[in-house]
This record gives sequence, C-alpha cells and structure tokens, in this order.
Amino acid sequence: MGVSFVKVYKANCNELFLDNMVNENLVKDVVKEPYKYGFITDIETEKIAKGLNEDIIRLISEKKEEPKYLLDFRLKAFKKWQKMEEPDWAGLGYKKIDYQDIIYYSAPKQKEKISSLEEVDPKLLETFDKLGIPLTEQKKLTNVAVDAVFDSVSIATTFREELAEHGVIFCSISEAVKNHSDLIEKYLGTVVPASDNYFAALNSAVFSDGSFVYIPKGVTCPMDLSSYFRINSGDSGQFERTLIIAEESSSVSYLEGCTAPMFDTNTLHAAVVELIALDDASIKYSTVQNWYAGDEAGVGGIFNFVTKRGKCLGKRSKISWSQVETGSAITWKYPSCLLLGEESVGEFYSVALTNNLQKADTGTKMIHIGPKTKSTIVSKGISAGNSINSYRGLVKMGTKAAGSRNYSQCDSMLIGDQASANTFPYIKSQQPNSEIEHEASTCRISEDQLFYLQSRGIEFEEAVSMMVSGFCRDVFNQLPMEFAAEADKLLALKLEGSVG
Amino acid sequence: MQSKMKESDPILQVENLFASTDNLPILKGVSLTVYPGEIHAIMGRNGCGKSTLSKIIAGHPSYNITNGDLKFLGQNINSLEPEERAQSGIFLGFQYPIEIPGVSNLEFLRVSTNARRKFLNQEELDTFDFEELVKEKLELVKMDQAFLSRSVNQGFSGGEKKRNEILQMALLEPKIAILDETDSGLDIDALRIVASGIKKISNSRTGIILITHYQRLLDEIEPNFVHVMADGQIIKTGGSDLALELEKKGYEWTDNFVKET
Repeated sequence: MGVSFVKVYKANCNELFLDNMVNENLVKDVVKEPYKYGFITDIETEKIAKGLNEDIIRLISEKKEEPKYLLDFRLKAFKKWQKMEEPDWAGLGYKKIDYQDIIYYSAPKQKEKISSLEEVDPKLLETFDKLGIPLTEQKKLTNVAVDAVFDSVSIATTFREELAEHGVIFCSISEAVKNHSDLIEKYLGTVVPASDNYFAALNSAVFSDGSFVYIPKGVTCPMDLSSYFRINSGDSGQFERTLIIAEESSSVSYLEGCTAPMFDTNTLHAAVVELIALDDASIKYSTVQNWYAGDEAGVGGIFNFVTKRGKCLGKRSKISWSQVETGSAITWKYPSCLLLGEESVGEFYSVALTNNLQKADTGTKMIHIGPKTKSTIVSKGISAGNSINSYRGLVKMGTKAAGSRNYSQCDSMLIGDQASANTFPYIKSQQPNSEIEHEASTCRISEDQLFYLQSRGIEFEEAVSMMVSGFCRDVFNQLPMEFAAEADKLLALKLEGSVG
Repeated sequence: MQSKMKESDPILQVENLFASTDNLPILKGVSLTVYPGEIHAIMGRNGCGKSTLSKIIAGHPSYNITNGDLKFLGQNINSLEPEERAQSGIFLGFQYPIEIPGVSNLEFLRVSTNARRKFLNQEELDTFDFEELVKEKLELVKMDQAFLSRSVNQGFSGGEKKRNEILQMALLEPKIAILDETDSGLDIDALRIVASGIKKISNSRTGIILITHYQRLLDEIEPNFVHVMADGQIIKTGGSDLALELEKKGYEWTDNFVKET
C-alpha cells in the first residue's frame, strides 16, 4: 500500500469555548419548536398482518403484481437478511427493533385503477396540501414535478405528460416494474446490492414503493423532480426504494422531502436510493429530511436508517448529494459515491441539526476507483439540547485512482453545553499519486457573539438563527433555490420559540 | 462642573451604580450624567471598571446590577434586553469587535439598521435602498464596498474592525454612543479617520462617552468632561485639562487614592 499525500488540518475556530457562556435557558427555549407536521390523516387503510416471513414477502409481491425476477430478488434478500445481524457499531444505543411487530404493507384504500388526480381520495390531496405540496392541477407547483408517497404507495405524480414529451420517465417504482421492467431488471440492486448491509437487505426484501427516474441520452430534465414521503401509520414501517438512471450526457436535479405524524412509538424508515450516471451525465440529489424527531424526553420519533449510494459509471459523470437533516429520533445515513468513470466527480454537502435527545450519525463514502476522479465533502453539524451529532466518512483511493483528489471539510457547531459533536474521518489510500485533504473545526455560539448582535438591535432568536444559517451557508449555496429558502426557514423554525 | 443648569433633559443617568459578575463586585457606586451635545471621557487603569461600565449600559447579561439605577431619556432601563436598548438609541462601540463567521456584513448591517428604524417608526429598507444608504456612510469612515460582502469582522484588521464599528454607529444614529477604546490598535491615519467619523455623526442632540487610555484621541475629539476611574468608582472629574495632567502623572496616584479610601 502506497502512502499518498494526506494533509490533515485540525483547527479550532476562534470562538470562545467558555462553558455557561450562553444563557442556557434562553437557548433551550429557542430550540424548542413544536413539530408542525405531526397530524394524522384519518383514512381507511389496507394493512397486512404484522410480522415478517416468506409468506408476507410473497403477499407484498403479489399485491404489486410483480414479475418473478422481482419476487426472487426479494426472497434472496430476505434469506440474506435472516443470516445478518443488526449492526451496532455506530453505538447509537436504541432499543432493539422487534421486526415481527411491524406492518410491512399499508396503503390507503382507494379505487383499483386511478387514471387521473380527480380520482384520488380528497383526504389524501388535502394531506399533501397541508404539507405544502399541492398536487391538484390548479394548485400544483409550477416548476417541480412531484411524486407523492403515502405510507407504502405512491399517490400521484404530477407533470407526467410534459416530462414524457422529453422522454423523461418519472413514476412510482411499482409502475416502473410494470411498464419499464427491462430497466428495473437491469439496474435494481446494482449500486446497493441486497447483501450490502442489514437495512439494505431488509429493504430489498420488503420495499413497497418509491420513485423511479429515467433521463434519456442527451436530455436535460426540463424541471426539477421531487418526491415527497409521508408516513401516516404508526405501526407500519416505510421501506421506499428510489432508482435514478441518467443516460449519457443527460442531467437531472431531484429533491426529496419527508414528514411523519407524532407517535409515541418509534417507526422504522429503511430506504434505499440508487443513482446511476453514465458518460457525462450529472445527477443532483437534494434532501430535506424532517421526519418526526420524538418529544423532548426522547419518546417516539422515526428511526431513519437509510442507504443511499450513487455510481458514477461513465467518464466525466457527476453525482452530487446535498442534504438538510433536521428530523428523526435517529438518523443513520451515508449518501456515497462510487467513482468508477475516469474524471468522474462526487460531491456531498450536508447540514445536520440535532436537538433534544436526537442522534445523527451521518456522512459519506467517496470511493475513488477510476483515475483522475474528484470528490468534495462539506459537512456542517449543529448540535443543541442533549443531542449527539456525528460525522462519519470514508475517503478511499483505490489502486487505479491515480491523479485523484479529495477535499473534506467538517465543521461542528455546539449550542448549549449538553450537546455533543463528533467527527470520524476514515482515510484509506492505495494510490500514492492521489491527494486527500481534511479540515475540521468545532465552534460554539458564544455569548459574546450573541451580545454583539443584540447590542445592534437584533433580537436574540434572530441572532441565533443568523449565526446558524451563516454557519451553513456553504451548504445552502448548493441547494436548489426553492429548497435553500425552505431549508433556511426550517432551521429557523427548529431554533425558534418563545424567548424568556 | 456638572452642577451647572442644563436647558434640556439628560440622555443618560448612571445613579450610584453597583454591579458584579460571578458575585465579584466590579462597580462600586458610579454616578454619571450625560446631557445632549456633551462628550465625556472616562480614563483609568486596566481593570478599573471602565469597560464593565460600558457593557452594563449596553445590557451585557454577564453582569448583575446589585444597586443603583440606569436611566435613558428619564426611563429606568435596568431590566431592558440589550436589543431593546440598542433599538432605542444606545450604542456600544466594542473594544474588540466580535467576528461572526458566515454572516455577511451587509446583511448584518441591514438587519441592525432596520431594527432601529422599526423602533423609530421609519420605513424598513430593502436591500437596494439599504445599499444606497450604506454607500453614503462608507464615505465617512473611508471604507471600501468590498467590506460589505465579507463576513462580519472576520479577517478584518484591527483598524478595519474599528472603522466597521463607526460605520454601524453612523447607520444606527444613536442618542448616546459609548466608545470603548476605539482608539486602541489604530495608527495615526486610522485614528484621524475614526475621530472625524465620530465628530461628523455626533451633534448637539447626541451624547458621547469615550473610554480611553490615551490623550491622542482626545487631541482629535475634545471632551467636555474627563472622569478618572479606579476600583469601580469615579474618583475625579474635571475638564479636558485633566487628561493632560494624567498624561504627565500616569495612573499610579489613583492606586494610592484607592488605598486611602
């Protein structure tokens, strides 16, 4: 194994590390904001019995009228999963999940075949309306196509005809299985194999719905595509699967949002996202994750155990992940890039905000396989309350990755004196002619900074929120316009409350 | 000297103020009254309580007022939040202006200016109108527009930070400005720029308190009153000649004064 050029900077930023500097009570109040998406839609649902076994998997597959190869894919994954052990290396310390106590399929009852939005249950449309995602023709967002997923099924996808004119396929993965079976068979599980990890295996066995995107050769997708995931049932898990394929010289920007009602039980969300970029293709994948985080005492909330990975197969292909993670009781997620194609580019921009008893263990893996590949990692973690916020990342330079470069920057911000922030950067290099840079910093919002802003007439809450968004600016700049504004608002909301 | 009859009401009244931090007494009975148009200088050794006095007037949460009153335009402000004091027209120029990474100076100045304007029932300014206003004020402190796009005070030189403070003062148009060692760390040219900026902003309706160690700022801005502080008290008050006397005598005698009392 060769020794590559590794620069490691460890810098403390110049803010003071004085304990009790920030008035604890004020900050605690400010970061206490009730979750506003916690409502439950009262709708008749079709659920199958709790528990997980081969029959359940056959039943899910049957309900979705799947071809045999897909049932085999599920059953194989299930066999692997049974032999695997639930990982605990991240030390997240949650109560073991009883996988027999989860409902693996839950769908709102509606007419068998829905041909237009008019036939969708108005209660469902109303739900998405309340979430700020209007789906109906009159109200739908004008520049974004939306696939709305409610529990286990996709409810509606907007702008399908307009997209079809450009040859872009944007639909639920269930529909893709029916109508574009060749693409599913060719690509499903090629980026995240069923055996990849415990939760990926589980997802491969029971995945219910999710989004499918196909951008043909040479097409720049005419609008942003977006999926909105809503968990409604308290006792069912959500296992969605997303697959995005960008053919040669095509490009797409994809956005993902999520919310769930407030339950005092923990709901499991184990998704798998696979991206494939061919020669000169580019995929930008942005997430704003606001699953219910549990209450102040840490009761309830979503377990967000997600596997997201992109494969830069083609030369000069590019995959860029940006994420704003604010919800979930526990987030366990490492959107990664496999950089195979020569001169391919991987990017990861992340803001993770944790509060109360939330735990987030998130980061990325940049696996440089092809020559002259390039990756950039910018991670901003903000921990408030008693939360734990960790960056965990791997940068690997393979034997053939000559002339490759990585730059990583991991910054943590602490609010109050009970929160913790960790950075675990793993670096492996088998290629002497490659370059890896890592910078890290930790800072605290100091009382002096707050006082400075306040002494200029700026309210306490606004001062905190200004500093937090200032801290996240490098990442917000990477988000699509409408998302950046939403992310800024979301962080402000999370940090807002009655002062004093 | 302060007893002469005034035609207008005082802007600031500090009345027998006692204050402490972490139960450590810092101010031990300070009284000071500032009328419109007056310039006061407060001098004294490091640790005598000058900076603490300025922070307490601005409302720093680390200090507790244990006795006495702070009055601004006749109203008791002991329990007002720092932002409320700032909005109503109290300005503190920091000895060490604080860096705020990631927050653009322009946005910071705009939010701050609008907070003051809102208090004054003036229309809040959008980005375009604000840029017009700020350009004009930049002239006062001879600052380049490039300052606006940088993060607040981050990577600014000592002199740039102090000029940024005076720029804020120019935008906020305070009733009273307390300038804490605004002259420290400035070369002669920067000192002149800062001093001329202060003179242009102040007028017959505003009050200024200059906290300084040195005569050289007072050469540029002549004070009406000079107060000498030692051990949390004002031990002597005089005219501008008192500063010259201090320049000659040094501060040692103030230690003896404390010992005697």
